Amino acid sequence: MSELAQSPGRLAPALSMDSRRIVPILLVAPLVIYMVVLYALPVASMLLRSVDEPTWSLDHYRDLMSDTVFFNTLVNTLYTAVIVTFGSLVLGYPVALALVRTKKMAPVILVIVLLPFWTSVLVRSYAWMVLLGRHGLINEALLSSGLIERPLRLLNTPLAVYIGMIHILLPYMILPVANALRQIDPSLARAASGLGSPPWKTFLQVTLPLSVPGVAAGALLVFVLSLGFYITPAMLGGPRDITLSMLIANQVDQLNWAYAACLSAVLLATALIIIVACRRLPGIGNAFKMSAR
Amino acid sequence: MKAVRFFPSSLVGLILLFLAFPIVVVFAVSFSSANYLTFPPPALSLKWYRVYFSAENWLAPTWLSIWVAACTVVLSTFLGTLAALGIARLPRPLKILVSGLVLSPLIVPVIVVSIGVYYAFSKYGLVGKPIALVLAHTSLAVPFVVTSVTATLAGLDPRLEQAALSLGATPRGTFFQVTLPLIRPGVLVGALFAFITSFDELIVALFLSGQGAVTLPRRMWEDLRYAIDPTIAAVSTLTIVFTAVLLGIAHVLRKRAEQNRTMAS
Repeated sequence: MSELAQSPGRLAPALSMDSRRIVPILLVAPLVIYMVVLYALPVASMLLRSVDEPTWSLDHYRDLMSDTVFFNTLVNTLYTAVIVTFGSLVLGYPVALALVRTKKMAPVILVIVLLPFWTSVLVRSYAWMVLLGRHGLINEALLSSGLIERPLRLLNTPLAVYIGMIHILLPYMILPVANALRQIDPSLARAASGLGSPPWKTFLQVTLPLSVPGVAAGALLVFVLSLGFYITPAMLGGPRDITLSMLIANQVDQLNWAYAACLSAVLLATALIIIVACRRLPGIGNAFKMSAR
Repeated sequence: MKAVRFFPSSLVGLILLFLAFPIVVVFAVSFSSANYLTFPPPALSLKWYRVYFSAENWLAPTWLSIWVAACTVVLSTFLGTLAALGIARLPRPLKILVSGLVLSPLIVPVIVVSIGVYYAFSKYGLVGKPIALVLAHTSLAVPFVVTSVTATLAGLDPRLEQAALSLGATPRGTFFQVTLPLIRPGVLVGALFAFITSFDELIVALFLSGQGAVTLPRRMWEDLRYAIDPTIAAVSTLTIVFTAVLLGIAHVLRKRAEQNRTMAS
C-alpha cells in the first residue's frame, strides 16, 4: 500500500504530464482573474490617486509629514491597537488555558467564545452602547446601588472603544493561544508539579514559555486587525477618537480622493510591514489560517 | 490525573461573562415593553418584533441582504472551490502567489477595499445597485471558501482518487464521483461562512449601497445614528439567532466530514 501511495504518477495514466500542469492553472484562473479585475485593480487604481494628482509627484506624502490631523490619527490608531492587543492577551490567555485544560466545560467555553465571534461587529458595538450609555445598564445599576449620584460618562470615550474592540477581537487571541497550549505535552506540567514546583512557578517556567508561538500569532492578528477598525470607534468613541479608517471614510465623503488614497496607502503599508516583519516568528503561518475562522 | 490549574475558575468565568453578557442584554432589551433603552425591562412584550415584521423599511433591507448574500454564496463558492482544487496542485512559487492574492482580503483593511471598489465601480454607475454589493462581497468571502475547502482537501486520502483512476475512471468521473462527495462538507461550510460574511457586512455597504441598495446592516447603521429604539435590538436578536442556526449547521457538517474521513481510512 505504501508503495502505491509513493508513486501516484504511475497510477494516473489518464492524466498526461501536460494536463497535470495545465489543469491546476485552469482551475485557479477564474478566481485569479476575478480578484485581479474586481479587487486588486480597483484598490490599486484608487491608491494611484495619491501620486498622480494633479501630476506625478510624492507631494501628498510629503504634506502628510507636517499634517497634525494625520499624525494625531495615526498615533491614536496605533495606541488603540497596542492597548487592545495587550487587553486581549490579558483576558484571552486564561480563557485559552481553561479551554484546553478542562474537559467538561470546554464545549460550553467554545460556544461562548465562538457565538460573539460570528455575531456582527455592528450588533456587538450596539450591545455596548446599550450597556455603557448614559441611561445604560451599568449606569442604572451603579445609580440604584447608590455608588454614584450622577451617571458616569462611559459611552463616547476611549475606554468604550477599547472595551468594544477587545470584546470583538478576543476570540482572535483565544484561538491561536489555545492551539499552542494544546500542543504542549501535559505531562511536562504534571512532572514539574510532581517534582514539587508550585502552580505559579510551573506556569511561568513551563506552560508560558511553551505557549509563546500562540501568543505571538494571536497578538499579531489582533494588532493588525485593530488597525483597520472603523465601525466600533465610530459608534462607541467620542468626537476625538478618530482612527485612520474613519479619517479615510471622512475624506472620501468630501471627495478628497488624493488625501484618502494617501491615508489608505499608509494604513495598508503599516499592516503589511508588521506582517512581513513578524513572518519569521514561530506560529505566524497558523495565525492566518486561524483568521479564516 | 488532576489538571494543573493556574488561573482561578472565577476569573475565567468573569471573562466569559464579559464575552456573553452584551449579547444576553440585547436579547433582553428586544423583549422589553419600554420605548427607550432601559434595563431590566419593565414588562415583557413582543412589540418590537411586531414593529419589525410590519415595517416595509425594515423588511425590504432584510430581503435585499439575504438576496445579496445568496448571490455572493453562489459566486464565491463556485470560484473558491475550483481555485482551492487548483491551488492544492500548483507548483510551489505559483501556489504562494495565488494564495497570497486570494487570501489577502483577510488582512487588507476593509475600508481600503471598500473605497477602492467604490472608486472603480462609481465610474460604471454601479453604486446603488445590488450587483455592486455582490461583486465586492464575493472578494471578501472567497478566502473563507478557499481555506475551508483547502482544509478538507488536506485531510483527503490521495489513494482514493488514485484508486479510482487506476481502476479506469476518467478524471472527470473521479472528480464528480470521488473528490466532490468527499469535499462537499468543506464546500458547504465555506458557503455558510460566505453567507454570514456578506449578510453582516457594513463598511462596503456604506459606500456601495447608495439609495437604491440599502442592506440590513446599512439600515441598522442609519437607525443607530438617528433614533435608538428597541426595534434594533429585536433585529439584532433575530440576526444572532439566524447566525447561530447557520453555525450549528456548519458544526454538524464538520462532524460528518470527520466521520467520513475516519470511515474512509
